[in-house]
Formats: sequence, structure tokens, C-alpha cells
Amino acid sequence: MPDMPQNRDKNLRQATISVLVENEAGVLARVIGLFSGRGYNIDSLTVAPVDVTGRQSRINLVTTGTEMVIEQIKAQLDRLVPVYRVSDLSTGPHISRELALIKVIGTGVERAEALRLADAFRARVIDATTESFVFELTGATDKLDAFLALMRPLGLAEVSRTGVAAIARGVGLI
Amino acid sequence: MTEHMTGAEVLLQALKEQGVEVIFGYPGGAVLPIYDALFQQDDIRHILVRHEQAAVHAAEGYARSTGKVGVVLVTSGPGATNAVTGLCDALLDSIPVVCFSGQVPTHLIGNDAFQEADTTGITRQATKHNYLVRKGEDLARVVHEAFQVARSGRPGPVLVDLPKDIMIGKAPYQPAPNTPHRSYRPRTEPDADLVAQAVHLMKRAKKPLFYTGGGVINAGPEASHLLRELVHLSGFPITNTLMGLGSYPGNDPQFIGMLGMHGTYEANLAMHDCDLMINIGARFDDRVTGRINAFSPHSTKIHVDIDPSNINKNVKVDLPIVGDAAKTLGAMLAAWRADSHEPNGEALARWWTQIGKWRDVDCLSYEQDPSPAAIIKPQYAIQRLYEATRAFEASTGRETYITTEVGQHQMWAAQYFRFDQPNRWMTSGGLGTMGYGLPAAQGVQVAHPDALVIDIAGEASILMNIQEMGTLCQYRLPVKVFILNNQYMGMVRQWQDLLHGGRRSESYSAALPDFVKLAESFHAVGLRATNVGELDDVIAQMIASPKAVIADIMVDQAENCFPMIPSGAAHNEMIMGPGKEARVARVTDEGRMLV
Repeated sequence: MPDMPQNRDKNLRQATISVLVENEAGVLARVIGLFSGRGYNIDSLTVAPVDVTGRQSRINLVTTGTEMVIEQIKAQLDRLVPVYRVSDLSTGPHISRELALIKVIGTGVERAEALRLADAFRARVIDATTESFVFELTGATDKLDAFLALMRPLGLAEVSRTGVAAIARGVGLI
Repeated sequence: MTEHMTGAEVLLQALKEQGVEVIFGYPGGAVLPIYDALFQQDDIRHILVRHEQAAVHAAEGYARSTGKVGVVLVTSGPGATNAVTGLCDALLDSIPVVCFSGQVPTHLIGNDAFQEADTTGITRQATKHNYLVRKGEDLARVVHEAFQVARSGRPGPVLVDLPKDIMIGKAPYQPAPNTPHRSYRPRTEPDADLVAQAVHLMKRAKKPLFYTGGGVINAGPEASHLLRELVHLSGFPITNTLMGLGSYPGNDPQFIGMLGMHGTYEANLAMHDCDLMINIGARFDDRVTGRINAFSPHSTKIHVDIDPSNINKNVKVDLPIVGDAAKTLGAMLAAWRADSHEPNGEALARWWTQIGKWRDVDCLSYEQDPSPAAIIKPQYAIQRLYEATRAFEASTGRETYITTEVGQHQMWAAQYFRFDQPNRWMTSGGLGTMGYGLPAAQGVQVAHPDALVIDIAGEASILMNIQEMGTLCQYRLPVKVFILNNQYMGMVRQWQDLLHGGRRSESYSAALPDFVKLAESFHAVGLRATNVGELDDVIAQMIASPKAVIADIMVDQAENCFPMIPSGAAHNEMIMGPGKEARVARVTDEGRMLV
């Protein structure tokens, strides 16, 4: 075996991890406490009950770290008592979506341009006044980011984003 | 019958079903219904400690010396917050403990009620898992589950928070389920292919080394037995971590001592030079590895651990095996016998010759002036204590259990006391909790009333839970406190001398009590040795006494713990004791930042 310098890998990658948990009090605090206590990054986190009985919730996490850290995060999540399953969706084909509500305030040419771009991005107008729009946009994180960048000079005033929901493609389950 | 039980009665019934014989606790308002139920039964014994931290350490001592789950009962608010240090200690050392805390009634939770604390919030990161019981119908299930979680997989502390109204109200009883936990199912069976690969590597190694830790102890006496067999069969050298001492006989010729910051020269150099490391139940703690990028740089690494999160956490390994230590050792033995390839005897002989040369350095030797008036070296005190206990065991057939506090005395105890069996050595390894040893010893003595239980202590640490002398007196627990008194927080001073220009900031133990009088005031026996001539006699008196004893051993103040790998240094950069060939490592700024 070759010499093995420790922690040699400094390459960061982003991982999308789904965690199926028992829907009990404190379970989200356990997951967040794990990340803050061990110094891991959370880029995005969503949680909601996902089965008919309401006993199980799904947490979707987006995090950034070296391969060693991401392996650690998965192992640390998996050993939490109320955790059923941990799946690193980013190791295979998967779909990530988030939803944003975007308020743009403006009049005249800028307002018209905002509406035109929203149409190009297939954002829906869900509220409008003579000087504002609220757009609803669903898509991958980079699509939302791109739309927001375009809105910024056109009167972008406020954003509310859900964070990432993700699922594997095909028949594979978490 | 079932419908007529109160929550407190359901709790005790569940504890009985879990085989609980003793609870370490302290009463208070929120747990009065539980204490009332305890009063009306005779199956479970309660030991009244003097501080809730001590209750958890006592439960840890009980658990570590028996392999059973230790049980704690504390009240809400300050009772629970006082227990946090103990829970954290049990978490870092993987000790199975279940702690029941009182809580204000459910309708007052969140109202800043008297003695209210968010106990599950506070202890979430200090436990393996915790629960707040909000409904009587959940109570029995949660209690059974708490024991299941505490003892399975990598063991650890579990806290159950019990609101007062749930304890007073009626609750249904459910027996313990014999099904696995719905979500928590740790893997215990090792992968057979990986085991075969490990044995393949072992048979071909030229410079192999076993490195075993607390996981072997936690897997039960069978694991230690199997480890002995595998080490003998292979002929490989073995080193233990601080937590693993006793998993392999300390006097066996294949044992090369503890490794790590204060490990032996031969163990650390063997770790540095080995070509195959077989880690069983150890977690590459920073006290063991030293500078991580210089740790065992040439070895192929096999790592057996029941907790997958320990694998590749600090050190990247080549062959990870997730499984229980006993099961994996059993599988390795079978695979070793099934693999007809002969180990490389010639290379192994060369390896042992090299280890022999390192052993010849005699890194733990020290100079003790033998004249009766001479100052006692702390190492000599431990060695004489060890020899006296060996003689005591041989003549009486009674067992010796050792606990320690934290500091220089702890390292000397680890270096100079030899353990031939698991579960005889209780020390705070991960958290490094001063004040651990005395309450832990009382837990050990409760579990083993006839054993000789000794807390090897320092004069600073012992004062952190000295109130437990009262518990020893109340229950006639004949624990022996053996204080190596150098009038310094010795390990702090050693670091200040090494790393901070000798500025001994606040590390002098000023205004010490007279420990002899202190012992007497707690109705115990106080003894003191001030020179070599008095030492053996004090040890003999201490061991012979049927009562609790504090033996105040005045030792050489100047003595330090060697060998030492300074922080940020590699295993081959050890600082040796006076008079030995030294290659003194320079401590870097980076090293000074490490603790």
C-alpha cells in the first residue's frame, strides 16, 4: 500500500442528502445541532412530514465539504436514533427543486421588463399592484439564482425561498 | 392492576423488568412522586449521592465494572444541569447510562416555572438520545426504549425527562418489546469478505501491530478473551489505548504498553513504523495520533468499529469493518485458522528484535532514592500500590478495581498499574473530567461490595467531588482514595513549563485541606506518607482497613509525566524523561493551539 497522507483531499463538493426520520419532537434540532456542533455547512434545509400517518418526515439537506466530511455527515446522521435512512442523492441521477416567491417593485419600462423576463422563466404572477409584482418560480437552485440576478436591477425588493426538495430519478427509493 | 398504577409505579416496574438493582440519585420537588414510589418497594436500591454530577459518574463506574446499564435519578432544573458533565463524560467514553430527570408538570413547561430547565434541549448534544415523556401512555415504551438505545450499538447515555404530572397520573404498563428498534438498528455482524481480506493482510504483514481500545471492553469479556487468542495465535505485538487497558493482559510479553501522548516509547515507535495496523474498537483520538499527517505514515490500516461515524473521521483507513468487536474478533479467528498461508515468521522475528531495542530504552524507568527519609516519587507510589494489590489479590482472592481522576496521577496510573482483565480500570478518557474518580469508585464498590476499590487521585481533582465522602460513609463503602499530592495541578504545570515559558499561572494548589482530618470528619480513616519509609506501611494500612480511607501520599513536586509526545508532534518526536536519550521536539505555534 502507498503512503497515505491524512486529509490530503481538499476538493470541496456539494452534496444533496435526504434523510427519512421519525416525526418526533426535537428531531430537527438534533440534525441542526449535529451540523452546528461539528462545524458542517448547511446550504439549504427543508423538512416536512411525508407519509400518510404523519409519523415520518423527510429532511432534504444541501451541504458542502470534502469527500471525507460528506461521508462523516452521512455517518453522523445515520447514527441519530430517530433516523431511518440517509441517502446521498448527489451520487446518482436526481432532481432538485425549490420554490421562490419574489417581490419586484417598480414602474414603467423596468416593470414591463420584469414581467417579460418572468414569462421567459415561466414564473407565475400571483400578486400584482400598479407598482409591484409577486412572482412564484419553481426550479433548480441555479435557475432561481439566475432569475433573481436578472430581477435585481429591475426592482427586486424581497425574496422568500423554500430550500431544496430532492428525489432520485427512476424506480430507486430513499 | 395495570390501570391502577401511577406513572412513578410504571417507571419502577419498567426498571425492574430491565433488571435494574440500584439507582444513583438525589431527590427534589419534581421527582417527589418517584421517591415516594421508591420508598414503598424493596426491589430497587437507591444510593443517595451528594451532587448530581457524582450520580452520573457513580452510574458510569457501576456500568463499566459490570457491563450493565447504570441508572441515575435527578430532579428538574439544577438537578438536571448538574448531571450534564456526567452525561457528556459517558457520551465521550461510550458508557451505557440511563438518566431520569424530573420536569415541571406538562402544563407549566415553557413558563419559566420554578426549577424548570429545557433539559432535553440542554442535554441533546450531551447524550446519545433523549426523551421528554408528554403522555402517560408513552411512558413504559420510552423507558424500555431508553435502555435498548443505551446498551445497543456503540453504548452511551440516554436521558428521559419526566414531568411531575405524568408521574402522579395513571399510566398503562407495557412489558419490554422483544423487537428491534423501529429506526435505530446498528450493524453488529462484520462483513465476512472484509474479515477475510483483513486476515489476508495480517498473514502477509512484516511489521504488524494490534491497536485496541474501549470498544473491546464494551463488547464484553468475551471480546477480551478472543483478542487474547488472536494475538497469541498471530504472534503480533499489541498496544492499548487508555480506554482499552485491561482488554489485553498488561503483563503479557506481547503487550508493549499504552500508546499516545504519554504512551511507551516502544508502543509509539511501533505505531510509527508498523506496516499493518489492526485497530479494534479505538477511534484515532488526537491523544493517540499526535500530529495527524505524521501518524503511522507507512501502514495499511484496518479499522474495526461498531460506529460507522468513527471510520475515516480523523484518519483515512484502507480496510474499514463495521461490527461488534467480539463478533469481529471471532470471525477473524475463524478466518485466520481457515487461511492456510503461513505468516512471515522471519519478518516478524526482525520486527520483534526492533521492538526489543526500543524496549531496552526502558522509557518508564525512574530514579527512586531508596533511603527511608527520601521523597517519594509518584511513579514509585503507584508501583508499590500495584505490587501491594497483587499480593492482596493473591492472598485473599478478592479483586482490585482502579478509578482515577484526571491529570498526571491518571497517566502514571495508566503507565505503572497493570491490568490483566477488562472492567477493572475506570478513567475519564474522552472528556477528561476532574472529579470523576471518587464517585466512579463508589459506583464500582456498590456493584462489587467485597472488592478492593481504589481511586488514584491528585490533590486538585479530588476536591472537585470531595462531598462524596459523605456517600461513602452513609453506605459504608470502603473506597480507598490514594492521593498523589504534589501540591500542583501537575499536568497544567507540566504544559505551562513546556509551552508557556514556565509561567505557572494559577496551577499551584494553594490552601489545601488537611486530608487526614478531612477523612476523619467524614468518619473515614486518614493516613499520610511523607517519605519512602512510610509509604508501604500506609498502603498496607489502607488496604487492610474495612473503612473508607484517604491516603495522602506526599510526592516529589518536581516530577513530570514522561514519555510525552508534545501537541503537534509526531510519534517519533517523543520527549523522554531525565537521563534518557532524548530527541526533544520543538513545539510549533500550531502545536501550542492544540490542547
